[in-house]
Amino acid sequence: MMKGLHVHGVSHAFDGHTVLDNVSLTIPAGELVCLLGPSGSGKSTLLRIAAGLERLQQGRVIIDERVVAGSGTHVPPEDRGVGLMFQDYALFPHLTVLDNVTFGLSHQPRRQARKWAIEMLKQVGMDGHAGKHPHMLSGGQQQRVALARALAPEPQLVLLDEPFSGLDKGMRAKIREDTLSVLKQSGIATMMVTHDPEEAMFMADRIKVLSHDGRILQAGRPADIYYQPVDEYVATLFGHMNLIKGVVSEGAVDSPMGRIAVNGIDEGQAVKVFIRPEGFVLANGVDGGAGTPVEVISTRLLGHSSIVRLQVREGKDIGAEFQVRVPGSFDVAKKGRLSARIDGHHVFVYPEE
Amino acid sequence: MTSMAAKTAGATWRQLDWRSWTDGWMLGTIAVALAVMVPVIAVITLAFNPSDDIWQHLASTVLPLYIGTTLQLMVGVGIGTFVIGVGSAWLVTMCRFPGRRVFEWALLLPMAVPAYVIAYVYTDILEYAGPLQKGLREVFDWTNKRQYWFPEIRSLGGAISMMTLVLYPYVYMLSRAAFLEQSVCVLEASRVLGRGPWRSFFSVALPLARPAIIVGVSLVLMETLNDFGTVDFFAVNTFTLGIFDVWLNMNNVAGAAQLASLLLFFVVALILLERFSRRKQRFHHTTSKYKALPGYRLDGTLGVLSFTACFIPVLLGFLVPSGVLAAYAVTHFEDAANPAVLAHAANSVMLSSLAAVLAVAVAIFMAYGVRIKGGNVLKAVTRLASMGYAVPGSVLAVGVIVSLASLDNAIDGFFREMFGISTGLLFSGTIAAVTFGYLVRFLALSFGTVEASLNKVTPNMEGAARSMGHGPFSTMRRIHVPLIKSSVLTAAILVFVDCMKELPMTVILRPFNFQTLATFVHQYASDEQLGEASLAALAIVGTGILPVLFLSMAIAHSRPGHGAQGKKP
Repeated sequence: MMKGLHVHGVSHAFDGHTVLDNVSLTIPAGELVCLLGPSGSGKSTLLRIAAGLERLQQGRVIIDERVVAGSGTHVPPEDRGVGLMFQDYALFPHLTVLDNVTFGLSHQPRRQARKWAIEMLKQVGMDGHAGKHPHMLSGGQQQRVALARALAPEPQLVLLDEPFSGLDKGMRAKIREDTLSVLKQSGIATMMVTHDPEEAMFMADRIKVLSHDGRILQAGRPADIYYQPVDEYVATLFGHMNLIKGVVSEGAVDSPMGRIAVNGIDEGQAVKVFIRPEGFVLANGVDGGAGTPVEVISTRLLGHSSIVRLQVREGKDIGAEFQVRVPGSFDVAKKGRLSARIDGHHVFVYPEE
Repeated sequence: MTSMAAKTAGATWRQLDWRSWTDGWMLGTIAVALAVMVPVIAVITLAFNPSDDIWQHLASTVLPLYIGTTLQLMVGVGIGTFVIGVGSAWLVTMCRFPGRRVFEWALLLPMAVPAYVIAYVYTDILEYAGPLQKGLREVFDWTNKRQYWFPEIRSLGGAISMMTLVLYPYVYMLSRAAFLEQSVCVLEASRVLGRGPWRSFFSVALPLARPAIIVGVSLVLMETLNDFGTVDFFAVNTFTLGIFDVWLNMNNVAGAAQLASLLLFFVVALILLERFSRRKQRFHHTTSKYKALPGYRLDGTLGVLSFTACFIPVLLGFLVPSGVLAAYAVTHFEDAANPAVLAHAANSVMLSSLAAVLAVAVAIFMAYGVRIKGGNVLKAVTRLASMGYAVPGSVLAVGVIVSLASLDNAIDGFFREMFGISTGLLFSGTIAAVTFGYLVRFLALSFGTVEASLNKVTPNMEGAARSMGHGPFSTMRRIHVPLIKSSVLTAAILVFVDCMKELPMTVILRPFNFQTLATFVHQYASDEQLGEASLAALAIVGTGILPVLFLSMAIAHSRPGHGAQGKKP
């Protein structure tokens, strides 16, 4: 076995309602794994089980080659050596920033603990606020203190519960980056819980997607989750999709933008075809006959990209609408007549149930 | 491998230990809660299993009188406290006029004066031989009572006025808190939609504050039902007086218990009303935007009127009674400052401290029980255990006497059978009985305070402390104790002060010839010897000012953005 966290076949239910269903995962030292799932899917419960705050019902939890929960064992949270950061930060309101950070260092001599805590605060850029109380800090500053507090005892495993959900959108990107760099420097195993796919993509080495009833739907690198989603739920995690319904014939499905090849689905099976808004290639004019002639209904500039609504102009699917994302701004007047075709990387086909 | 096995075994042992330990705590919590409920259960049991059935007799004689008088008293005090409490709260919260900042806290002062004390003082001033009527007779050359009309203080109306004067602060306090909590935006919306300040008050502010006001009025009515000193002195035939009468004069415990359990119906109705309103309070905050309060400027005549409206309750409810007592304390100093009074004061302090420490300890124990184990059963049991505050002291006293008597008899019987010795009455008529009575009645105060502050320690803080290597006891010492310390002190002081003022239970439950300040004041003042009792009464009023100070500080910090603890954006 190796260092890090091993979770084996953990199942959990509250009042007969299953929130975790046979979940297994391994996080080696230095890796960050994101649990991505809707609220109520038991992802925070898994985190609390790993920390020892929730009693394991079924399965096994191993931290650094030591069974901490399972087969009659329950190591209390204080003996697990786990760093935990809560969604609400749970800073102690009666202690200063410095005392919050030294709280987990009680086995060290006081002076040494303080020195180390200042070092940790320096790492997150909060050493200038050591004497303040939590209520005097902004949300972002509280988040940094909570991170320093969780990392100060040098745990083997860090657990982060929706660590950025309490922050303004503007601050979030910056703090996310800083947090990631602090975690990567420390080289420890990290399990993070989030419901925000973009955040998971940004932070994670690997992502585990949980269903609402607590099963792992898909596990893989961020690119796998994005480009090879196993089902409709995982595919739609990343936002609105264009949906076409059809039936497989001769290994392909008809769409307003031409036939889309289908692998591994039986002939005659009804299917749903999902196309990401970024999965279209737009061209001026007729594009050598490869594209379908379309006209622009509306455009909305979002900043880095624009959302363009298109309508098919001719053929039997005349009037069919699509939502397309293009980089930068989109000037209709300059484009003139347009044609559109589909980029196969962003097309996903699933049998209809 | 061996070390790992040992670790595992250790953890298992600890886990089992912890679990059975919390189970024990839960059972302990339930046991304590049940013990606190025993007196009320005893009253009800006795009432429905009477040895001699006097329901019929009661119903055909005194019962209609008791019910009628009690209802009139409740309606009168309810309306009086509503008008004074809500009106003054609105004025000091929303308007700016001379003296407003002082009135904010001064309006709470009458709370410090027990109803029986204010009743003695006003009787002394207003009765036929009192200075006011004497003065009038001299000025107008009247020689006897038939020549002029003067309101009789020893009447139902007198009792209503006295209780209104000292109980309106409950309504003031809660409605002021509600007005402060209201977002001014809703009032502004009402103004923009074309309603003037007065119509906005009646159509928006008052309905929004209604649940809080109802809670205040029901607390007032509970205190009204509890009062014994005033109705006894004024001979107003309420339920409480009836219980004392049936019991002490007719020597009929079962009859007293039957009256007491009837009185419980009133109480249950009030509790339901209060709980219902508290539940509704939660839906209030429709917007989280708090802005500076409007501060309507009231100058000239309006300013003088507002000042007068706020000054009269403070004058009549606090300044006059404490002034009169102070004057008596000076003129009758020789009589008032005798060593016996000091001994009574020592008794009061001893009993009240005992009850305060006990009530806080039990409250912490129960609040932790609920927190560790949770569960609806435990929650319901602790809720029931903290209902004592609503039960009038007279009812509880009957319950305590009855249940302690059966306990004494059981112990006596056991010892006689086993060892052939009689233990007699071990608990009845002792300090333990009084303390137990106080505990039952005032546990709600300490439990509510401790539980509220414990709830501020979020479970995540516990989780954070545990995950940073602190065990359950270290977590309790380093996180819980510092965070709830000041609330525990507040709880102890609240209980202490209420015990100092408590009269009906003390009168019934105290040991023979045992006097506290309250019983001493009651005895002397109802004997028209207010001078002798003046220092003792002043001491009670002085202690009562303590919680008023706390409350006025709390009320000033209750509004988000205005408190010192406010979170910076």
